[in-house]
Amino acid sequence: MTPFSYVRAGDTADALRLGAGSAAAYLGGGTNLVDLMRETVARPDTLVDVTGLSNTIEETDGGGILIGAAVRNTALAEHRAVRTRYPMLARAILAGASAQIRNMATVGGNLLQRTRCSYFYDTDGSRCNKRVPGSGCDAMEGFNRNHAILGASITCVATHPSDMCVALAALDATVHLQGGRGPRTLPFSELHRLPVDHPEIDTVLEPGELITALELPPLPFAKTSTYRKVRDRASYAFALVSVAAALQLDGERIEDVRIALGGVAHKPWRAWKAEAALRNGPATEQAFRAAAIAELADAKPLRDNSFKVELATRTLIAVLGDLAGAAA
Amino acid sequence: MSINVNGSTAELPIDARVSLLDFLRDHLQLYGSKKGCNQGACGACTVLVDGERILSCLALAVQYEGRKITTVEGLAEGNALHALQQAFIDHDGFQCGYCTPGQICSAIGMGSEAKRGVPSYVSGDLAADVILTREELQERMSGNLCRCGAHNGIIDAIHETMAAEIAE
Repeated sequence: MTPFSYVRAGDTADALRLGAGSAAAYLGGGTNLVDLMRETVARPDTLVDVTGLSNTIEETDGGGILIGAAVRNTALAEHRAVRTRYPMLARAILAGASAQIRNMATVGGNLLQRTRCSYFYDTDGSRCNKRVPGSGCDAMEGFNRNHAILGASITCVATHPSDMCVALAALDATVHLQGGRGPRTLPFSELHRLPVDHPEIDTVLEPGELITALELPPLPFAKTSTYRKVRDRASYAFALVSVAAALQLDGERIEDVRIALGGVAHKPWRAWKAEAALRNGPATEQAFRAAAIAELADAKPLRDNSFKVELATRTLIAVLGDLAGAAA
Repeated sequence: MSINVNGSTAELPIDARVSLLDFLRDHLQLYGSKKGCNQGACGACTVLVDGERILSCLALAVQYEGRKITTVEGLAEGNALHALQQAFIDHDGFQCGYCTPGQICSAIGMGSEAKRGVPSYVSGDLAADVILTREELQERMSGNLCRCGAHNGIIDAIHETMAAEIAE
């Protein structure tokens, strides 16, 4: 690790002032950042600990939930309203990392996790446009079994590692931000970027801007929702493919549906095409298959990951089938 | 800047780069917590912070100023082993012993989580009371790897101790 100074922010204004330096970084649980610093992928000169900021989970007047950015992953997953009204979110969080890491990691930090692409981590031997812009991408022709099949670019084929974010994308959460120019909010699906020609930039956050909270909208049919993660071992592994989905039926007809995929792209992948294909149609396996195929039509697999196209298709069909059974 | 470790107060290091794990091992000579992978993949460094299990390798010591840390060295009362330590002996919960301190601290944290109703990824009903089946224990303990072959004994030891404790 390169030397750095450590300071604790007392409140948001304090955090913004301390985090204004170009090489400052906000510190939540540290489960990703400390590791990146140890590998010298990240070299901040100042860590601003923001875990003293809001860690409350409150019901909003509109029937949603407001989650402070310093809430720990475990606290969010165990909150009764999340478990009963947004089960896909509780299950997505519980699918991520290990219990020890979920106890440390904050909600805000989870959103800002960096990719687990091994070439990104390999500071000694690999080229990576995300780590060193313009240096090249060794994943493109390398071992890319875990990499993206959707939305990638010739500069970067990394995936976003978060499970929680997949559920938040499906739920249309709102991200609350505070920056030098004041507060603003963002729809969750606009927070993360596709790599295009700047894979070194993961999100649309301005320098020094701070995530202060997440807001879940009221979404009554999310009570019939789930998250399924497919991985190389039964637990404690990143997703090859994952699906977060919620389904609302009116008899046999699909009234509303929400779907997002994980493990397939540089950002949590909201499955807009599959949703559009399903809405107002029949809740049949045939329709689920057609929707999955529509979503994955643009998939561009690499040498080692073409299996993800079929895996995502089958997982989506299975999840929708389960939800249709539960919603009926 | 101080921290409480196993009931004693210790001064935190000046250098913010020192991980909680290195602080425990190199500064306090508490060698129970192990540096397995040093990147959050094995669980051998698991300790309890105010009763919650965390990975000390991914923690900077300074982040835990004023908090109460318990390592495996702090579990026994005098010569009386913690019930889970005894259960590990009874069920052959270790061969090489390397993962044992992390497993034991982790299982104690796991027990409090289950007791307060934290569900797991394999829980059928997320809102129901927790029943620590074997499948539940395997999922809840998946952050602690055992490479020597004692895994079934570990789960047996935890099952015996924690299932009884939760039923209380």
